[in-house]
Amino acid sequence: MPSLRCGHQNLLPQLLSAGGRFALRRHGCSYGGHGPVRKKMNPALAARCRADDRLLTEPLSQPDFFNVKELFSLKDLFNARVHLGHKKGCRHRFMEPYIFGCRLDQDIIDLDQTMDHLQLALNFTAHIAYRKGIILFVSRNRQFCHLIESTARECGEYAHTRYWQGGLLTNAPIQFGSGVRLPDLLIFLSSLNNVFEPHVAIRDAAKMNIPTVGVVDTNCNPCLITYPIPGNDDSPTAMELYCKLFKMTIIHAKDYRKQREVFHELQSKPAPSCRGASAPPRGPADGR
Amino acid sequence: MAAAMRRLLRAGGRRGAALVVAAGGARSQTLRLIYTTTAAWKKNVAASGPEKYTEAFIKKQIEEFNLGKRHLANMMGEDPETFTQEDIDRAIAYLFPSGLFDKRARPMMKHPTEIFPEQRKIQWGEDGRPFHFLFYTGKQSYYSLMHDTYEKLLNVQKHQDQMAAQDLPPQKEKKNLVGSRWLTKTELEEMLLEKLSDDDYSRFIQLLQKLVTSPCGNIEENYIKKFSREISAQLQKVVIEPLKHDDRGVAFSTGEGERKTSRATVIVYDNGTGKITVNGIDVLHYFPVLQDREQLLFPFQFLDRVGKHDMVCTVSGGGRSSQAGAIRLASAKALRSFVTEKEVEFMRQAGLLTVDPRVKERKKPGQEGARRKFTWKKR
Repeated sequence: MPSLRCGHQNLLPQLLSAGGRFALRRHGCSYGGHGPVRKKMNPALAARCRADDRLLTEPLSQPDFFNVKELFSLKDLFNARVHLGHKKGCRHRFMEPYIFGCRLDQDIIDLDQTMDHLQLALNFTAHIAYRKGIILFVSRNRQFCHLIESTARECGEYAHTRYWQGGLLTNAPIQFGSGVRLPDLLIFLSSLNNVFEPHVAIRDAAKMNIPTVGVVDTNCNPCLITYPIPGNDDSPTAMELYCKLFKMTIIHAKDYRKQREVFHELQSKPAPSCRGASAPPRGPADGR
Repeated sequence: MAAAMRRLLRAGGRRGAALVVAAGGARSQTLRLIYTTTAAWKKNVAASGPEKYTEAFIKKQIEEFNLGKRHLANMMGEDPETFTQEDIDRAIAYLFPSGLFDKRARPMMKHPTEIFPEQRKIQWGEDGRPFHFLFYTGKQSYYSLMHDTYEKLLNVQKHQDQMAAQDLPPQKEKKNLVGSRWLTKTELEEMLLEKLSDDDYSRFIQLLQKLVTSPCGNIEENYIKKFSREISAQLQKVVIEPLKHDDRGVAFSTGEGERKTSRATVIVYDNGTGKITVNGIDVLHYFPVLQDREQLLFPFQFLDRVGKHDMVCTVSGGGRSSQAGAIRLASAKALRSFVTEKEVEFMRQAGLLTVDPRVKERKKPGQEGARRKFTWKKR
């Protein structure tokens, strides 16, 4: 019985940490069978923990903290031809809720829904970038391979627009070496591969509990993607728009994080000098 | 020194033991003995995987090698400061004589950078973020190379469009591809420190070809030069030695020839009467058989110089027919100096200047001779 309870308690952090794996890992608190054990931490470490807490919880105060809505408008999406889908015959059954209508056999995607989904996806990406997560851009469209790789390089993240080897996510320690860190977010700029089947990485990311953001066209399956963005994935204008938006959100989020870290450092710096007067009396007390 | 000697013995045997420092954690390092065979050295070890030897290990090996070099110089009684790698090789060959056929199996003492091939280091930093933006593809160097080459191609196309927009004619100067070749797959693997498949390699070469053959490809010449190598002239021009003159003023020329196991050296003198001496013995006594003497005469007959030259030959090895063939080749080579280039070409086409490659075929086990099988008995 005790072992079962321990097992349950240990699963809780994983279940709760769908988006915030770092917060729990950073604390290093042990979830034992008898409740959280509070170790006696020295004041400097406690202060740092509190600063980290503030750093991580600050963006969670508002739904659109990073203000991603300002980056795009419906007119921009329309000009970039994001609303154009494939022909009626290629339509995927699960994409029907996102389709506005069909004109001359061509599906038109509902841009209002796209706006909401895009805002959610960009917000999520910003949060991941703020928490220094690894973002991997995936696409198997040869036309935009170079563009996506350049985008990833410019925002300091990673890209995979080449042939997907089977065990990259599921067999990573053997493929790359032990101690490798997996991506924390996968962004699919085209969720089909060259044979018009769903990309293997969608399924693998779901297996490895990695959230995904993906641009789904009318012939794609939006099922396993955490934050789908219904939109066109074949036009150069649309792809350039997506790349621009993701790059801007990631760069803004990272810059904001650097700002906050510098700010917290400056805040904590004067603290030791004023605590220095009170340190000596504490020292011997701690020693005993 | 002890470790250097261990390395000598390790390199000397077909099965050697290598001391490997396992790079398990940054702090803990454990010594593990792994056995390697020389067969493993044939593979492209650099591309096989992440590094097996840490930097500290390699550094220690280099220190031991330098110490051992000084000890060896002292042992051989030479100056340690000016002890080169060739001296080391000679000293080792003297101290550890080995009759093994494969040079790589013999004892050797080389600088650790030649023994431990360069391997890729750990690819990510302390926070776990990989250094290269294409790390998660698995073949980061190859794909980054493709990415850069494609960028050059786009550059060239943009330049082309600009030239077309300005109505300027495209540049006609094409780089001469005759004297150069692309990198081979092994060379590319060594450059990238990564294993490639044939498909990958061919795709890369196709991309380079596209870059070179496009009209404004000359802009990226420096980039393309990194992946091409010069082919040195394969046909070495055969130098025909000029005529020499002896004390009496008679022009002469020497030639060497071989056939099967016979080796012959011949001196052909001008203004002669057709006298031939072999090993100090007259040709009629040395070669009683007409067939052999006909072989000796053939080059002179071919050039219509039958009674005009004297010949002094020395021949050893083989039987009578092979000795005759060796002298024939040697005399033909010597006659090249007396004759015009056109006639030399005729001689070459007649086969007078070609070494006969036929040698005795070895006997195989399970057969009576090289080809002859044992008598087949039905029962």
